Amino acid sequence: MLRSRPITGKLKELQKEIEGYAIDYGLDFFEQIFEMCDYETINILASQEGFPSRYPHWRFGMNYDQMSKGYRYGIQKIYEMVINTDPCYAYLLDVNNWVDQKLVMAHVYGHNDFFKNNLWFGNTNRKMMDVMANHGSKIRRYITKYGLQNVERFIDCVLSLENLLDMSELFETSDIKRKRKETERQFAYENSLEYESEDSGSESLKSFLRSKYRHEKSKKKVAKESSEDQLLKIPKKIPERPVRDILYFLMQYAPLEEWQVDVIGILRDEAYYFLPQRITKIMNEGWASYWHSTIMTQKALNASEVIDFADKHAGVMVMSKQNINPYKVGIELLRDIEYRWDTGRFGKEYNECEDMPEKLHWDKKVGMGKEKIFEVRRTHNDISFIDEFLTPEFCNRQQLFTYKYNPRTERFEIDSRDFNAIKQKLLLSLTNFGSPVIEVIDGNFENKAELLLTHRHYGVDLDMSFATETMRNLYYIWKRPVNLQTIVEDKEVVFKFNGKELKPLT
Amino acid sequence: MDHPIKRDHSRFRKIIKGKIRQNLRRFVSQGQQIIPKGKESFNIPMPSIEIPRFKFGDKSQGGTGQGDGEAGDPVQGQPGEGQPGEGEAGSDEGNKELEVEVSLDELATILGEELELPRIEPKGKKQIETQVNRYTSIGTVGPDSLRHIKRTYKEALKRQIALGSYDPNNPSIVPSRKDFRYRSSKSKVEFENSAVVIYMMDVSGSMGDEQKEIVRTESFWINLWLKSQYKDIEIRYIIHDATAKEVDEETFFKTRESGGTLISSAYKLCKSIIEADYSPEEWNIYPFHFSDGDNWSSDDTKLCMELLNNSILPSSNVFCYGQVESRYGSGQFYKDLQAAYGNNSDEVILSKIKNREAILDSIKDFLGKGK
Repeated sequence: MLRSRPITGKLKELQKEIEGYAIDYGLDFFEQIFEMCDYETINILASQEGFPSRYPHWRFGMNYDQMSKGYRYGIQKIYEMVINTDPCYAYLLDVNNWVDQKLVMAHVYGHNDFFKNNLWFGNTNRKMMDVMANHGSKIRRYITKYGLQNVERFIDCVLSLENLLDMSELFETSDIKRKRKETERQFAYENSLEYESEDSGSESLKSFLRSKYRHEKSKKKVAKESSEDQLLKIPKKIPERPVRDILYFLMQYAPLEEWQVDVIGILRDEAYYFLPQRITKIMNEGWASYWHSTIMTQKALNASEVIDFADKHAGVMVMSKQNINPYKVGIELLRDIEYRWDTGRFGKEYNECEDMPEKLHWDKKVGMGKEKIFEVRRTHNDISFIDEFLTPEFCNRQQLFTYKYNPRTERFEIDSRDFNAIKQKLLLSLTNFGSPVIEVIDGNFENKAELLLTHRHYGVDLDMSFATETMRNLYYIWKRPVNLQTIVEDKEVVFKFNGKELKPLT
Repeated sequence: MDHPIKRDHSRFRKIIKGKIRQNLRRFVSQGQQIIPKGKESFNIPMPSIEIPRFKFGDKSQGGTGQGDGEAGDPVQGQPGEGQPGEGEAGSDEGNKELEVEVSLDELATILGEELELPRIEPKGKKQIETQVNRYTSIGTVGPDSLRHIKRTYKEALKRQIALGSYDPNNPSIVPSRKDFRYRSSKSKVEFENSAVVIYMMDVSGSMGDEQKEIVRTESFWINLWLKSQYKDIEIRYIIHDATAKEVDEETFFKTRESGGTLISSAYKLCKSIIEADYSPEEWNIYPFHFSDGDNWSSDDTKLCMELLNNSILPSSNVFCYGQVESRYGSGQFYKDLQAAYGNNSDEVILSKIKNREAILDSIKDFLGKGK
């Protein structure tokens, strides 16, 4: 079993010291708990995305396979891990030396503050440790009842759709959410009634909608009466508006058994729990790095540790030509913002100044830097962070560039150092957390209870072989053909997956 | 009790090996983790399963990077690769790519672990103990050739900062005598024993470049493993079409003849090499034969069996036959050997190598018996 234990003795004192600095700097965090573990344990935790208990699934075993190999063969090692819970748990590796532990602790206080204060995390469940454990026991129960093969197969299908999330879900308070879902359910229910009364509806759609809401009928009867007038406005289409939260759509409308609906619900909850971290990678790592750097260099380091710290820090900050390093770009952009708001290099007056020497030595001594970065960490995500604060000077200083494939030389080559090109490419890669935007637009396509999805095309085509396999999994859940509107090489196409193969509709 | 992740792990391994959930096998990629070693790099098998999702296709769009260079300068690797500090979606981990230098020894260990290869129990009399040195630690004394540059630099930097002689604007570091750090060795006892690998390959027209490339890769790993198991190892190369000759390594992989195929010619030569140079009492002998399975006549195949039974098999640890699939080969020779020795013979190991992906499986076939 897991072999992690609370830190004691000198490390406990170190934590107190670092925590003191963090408070002095104005960081605001959940209670912080550090646990010490050996590399085997930290590999297991990392394989399970930070949580000691997850549902059984081979993919955690795959992660473990890779992590433990990576460690054993000296390819990579994990220094630290922290999860978004209250109290906030972080794991230290027992073989790390003293400077490493210091650095990691300082870094973790940065993450903790970010988890607590960044608005995108506002609705995440801070008791996720228990929730995950519950998910585990629920799914284990389903496995006992319905068989490992069955449940695992179904989980695989749902994981296939795990990235089809709606970011706006993060901002709904639970109250609004509950209300909205009630009305939606009502709509669906009324719709099913309408289909029943019409002969035109397909049999299969009718039957699954009927079975789905039969048991709700009795419950909702009373409620129905009072909302009679609402009925008049009910559109026939399912969904009424395009839906990005595809897992939720499936829970509502797919012909599923109860345990299957529950499994989707479980995986969906977990996906939304992790979503804020996916959309704040640059900021979150930048913020934590900013604070480990500040706390270490200004307070915590001994003279004898400076070189080792610099070595480690430089390792984390290393720039890559294939990709931007979120630690590096994050910390530098935060420092840039601090500098600009300290010197007053923002706003109309500064932007419209055309006197270069004056602009170069601009310093209004406004000293709003710290205040500004705390505000930024509260309200932004990676997209708005880059969109609002990336400047041409910054791109230049940080040697950012875009690159693309050159078919003539058959290699990737640096394309441009133009500010707008860089910003555009960076934003595109962050849009919708790097996943294509896919929406359900019709649950009764061509009146045959087929599913129609649309891919909102922002310039990049889908990988069609992956799309085919994804649609195969979706078919397994929906049990009727799945259609997808997309653009391939500048041409609009609708593909149909009929249970066997993908064919363009003509 | 084991952690539940061990169950997930063994389930994953079973899926990878195609024992369960066969429909997932399509998504298994025999990914490899590249380990740089000097100028070359080696790959460790790192199989993974990618759950299909809607994702962007066109990688030619590239991405954004950081660093120097002009427009048109190449960017190595693929978009998204080599991101330092890359973490999982779920948690925030500080990962760090380590500077690695994997020795051939370690690489062999990795291979052994990956393929679950048993250690070989060497035969022969040359089991004399010797001391060998392994450079695994750092010391303050040593010859210049073993100086550890980075550790020395760090010591010098520390000293200069402490003394105040470090100038950030002119960051030149001059190590002094006391700063020098050296790789230092530990002694280990090993056994003295020797092996010879005799590679035979059909170079007749039907064996194309791709087939040879497979043989080359496979022989690299076989050599690596056997080298890790034996103190001394010699490697001999025989090529054949209708006649056989002994060649050096380079010629072995480059030669392409157009003649017919008489496998017995190679076995004859192999027999005489063993008789001339390698007494079975002192040597562990490994003949490997690679072909696409074509032989000129069934008479010649009969002759081959005789040579195997009377001379080669009695003196060898094990005889390995690898059949590389080619468009022209009939694959008959495999069937003949299979009929003669069966699938579980201790003396003759057969393996079919369909394509590059099958190389590791085939190595496991050959070396998995610990012979």
